[in-house]
Amino acid sequence: MEKTPVKLLQVTGLSKHFGGLPALSQVSFGAARGQVTALIGPNGAGKTTLINCLTGVIQPDGGEILFDGGNLAGLPAHLIARLGISRTFQNLRIFPRLSVLDNVLCGLTVQAGDSMLAALLRLPALRHRERRLKLTALEALDTFGLADKAGWPAGALPYGDKKRVEMARAFVAQPVLTLLDEPVAGLNSEETAKVAALIRQMRLSGRTMVLVEHDMELVMGVADHVVVLDGGRRIAAGPPQDVRTNPLVLEAYLGRMSATA
Amino acid sequence: MRTLEKTRAYVLRHHTGLTVCGLAGLLLLTPLVVRNPYNLGILNLIGLYVIVVLGLNLFIGYAGQISLGHAAFFGLGAYGSAVLTATYHLPPWPAMVLVAACLAVVALALGVPTLRLSGHYLAMATLGFNYVVHSIFVQWDQVTGGPSGLSGVPPLSVLGLTIDSDVKFHYLVWTFALAALTLCLNLVRSGVGRGLAALAQDEVAAACLGVDVKRQKVKVFVLSAVFASVAGSLYAHHFGYINPDTFSIFTSLDLVIMVVVGGMGSIWGTLFGVALITVLPHLLEFLETYKDIIHGVILVVILLFLPQGFVSGLVDLIKIRLARRRLAGMAVGPS
Repeated sequence: MEKTPVKLLQVTGLSKHFGGLPALSQVSFGAARGQVTALIGPNGAGKTTLINCLTGVIQPDGGEILFDGGNLAGLPAHLIARLGISRTFQNLRIFPRLSVLDNVLCGLTVQAGDSMLAALLRLPALRHRERRLKLTALEALDTFGLADKAGWPAGALPYGDKKRVEMARAFVAQPVLTLLDEPVAGLNSEETAKVAALIRQMRLSGRTMVLVEHDMELVMGVADHVVVLDGGRRIAAGPPQDVRTNPLVLEAYLGRMSATA
Repeated sequence: MRTLEKTRAYVLRHHTGLTVCGLAGLLLLTPLVVRNPYNLGILNLIGLYVIVVLGLNLFIGYAGQISLGHAAFFGLGAYGSAVLTATYHLPPWPAMVLVAACLAVVALALGVPTLRLSGHYLAMATLGFNYVVHSIFVQWDQVTGGPSGLSGVPPLSVLGLTIDSDVKFHYLVWTFALAALTLCLNLVRSGVGRGLAALAQDEVAAACLGVDVKRQKVKVFVLSAVFASVAGSLYAHHFGYINPDTFSIFTSLDLVIMVVVGGMGSIWGTLFGVALITVLPHLLEFLETYKDIIHGVILVVILLFLPQGFVSGLVDLIKIRLARRRLAGMAVGPS
């Protein structure tokens, strides 16, 4: 095993079974601060399960998830979110009936506070905070190229725009760590290029990301470090160039890809 | 020119507050126009139900849950105030607060175990709760007066002025209704409200944004129970007489229908929903026998074609149409 410096996220021996089927077995990997760590692997490799364990959507059966020194394993989703971990979803989970602006404002839920009494009375402090949050959200809409659609119901947008609404929502709160679950799935090459540019831009502004993706071109283009999963196990890890030439990966991942494609 | 722009900006920024003020002004003048005590009575009834349904709409539209027992909270508020003031001679206002506080605890006890489970367990629990409460009203003669009800509930008084006429009650009940409306509008336009709207649409996504889904559901449920309780107290003091039938399961269903007509999560739609369902039986008096059938048909038709409710469903539909049209325009025309 390679000797690694202390990372922002360090997963050790993570396991998850569904019934008798192992979805993840003893997976370990780390994500360094300020870098893009890509998780790749064929369908059913356990990538989404891993992301769901990291964000508390499902609870792992065993293992440790160290984030900034604390263990996340077993915490409920909303507490993990409050630690500054945000995510997007493979199957797109925006709020279709809310406006685009409100969707992105939802990304600032933690910053908005959760006192129902203060909200009912709309005290002046809350009013000022709301105005500030709205400016932050509008800025994010600008960054993600959605400024002209702020007032639209999110459900009416084309698919590519919806994907970027979800990304804007995930990044608007300046999270410590962002997990992107297949951000370009179903997008055409033009839209994929847009998302790739946005991921690079976020990395330049200091965001740490874990990227789950099938699109190898995107992964090679934006990732600093690649972790390969197959059948719930980690089979390789390293810089993109090394992973690309790793015979194990070629056999398990690319080999199977060419067989199905 | 400058002042015109400033006024425009002011109106845009404060449009919600200005609308509430406009409505308040309108209601201030209605007793001058509506001279017929019968019509004023209906308007007062609308005011009472608005308070209950606003709370229920927060719960259905913003917590994504259904309560089929809000008439029980309404009834417990009424009976609580009636018993405390008529039987035990407590002063009305403190009694009202006491009853509301007790019902908040009851709602908490009912909501914590059932709202922890996902699915519509609370709908079942509240339905049963309403049934039990209604049976108690009917059976517990010594305290509730049994099927014939309780009378002799003293009227409220504000600053020495006794609220003993329809006109006076009009001002009192609509003060409460507009206060409830303002509180709801405030909540909806805050981070807490957005978190609630998010959880009503997608619990997993909301949780991943930091919304404590279970806790927020319970909080809204308690809030809605308190609203219903206050409305119940006002009801008892205004009419001076209450009986169990006002608070049966069928009233609970009517309350849900009002929410559905107004639109789930639509605060302004609530006013329309309550008004329509309250006025309808009076307009269709010749069809009185078929009242329940008519309400049932309204419910089914709306849920079939506009699952988000009538008013908000229509508004959503129009917004989406407009957005699609603009989108098509963007794709065709040069940008």
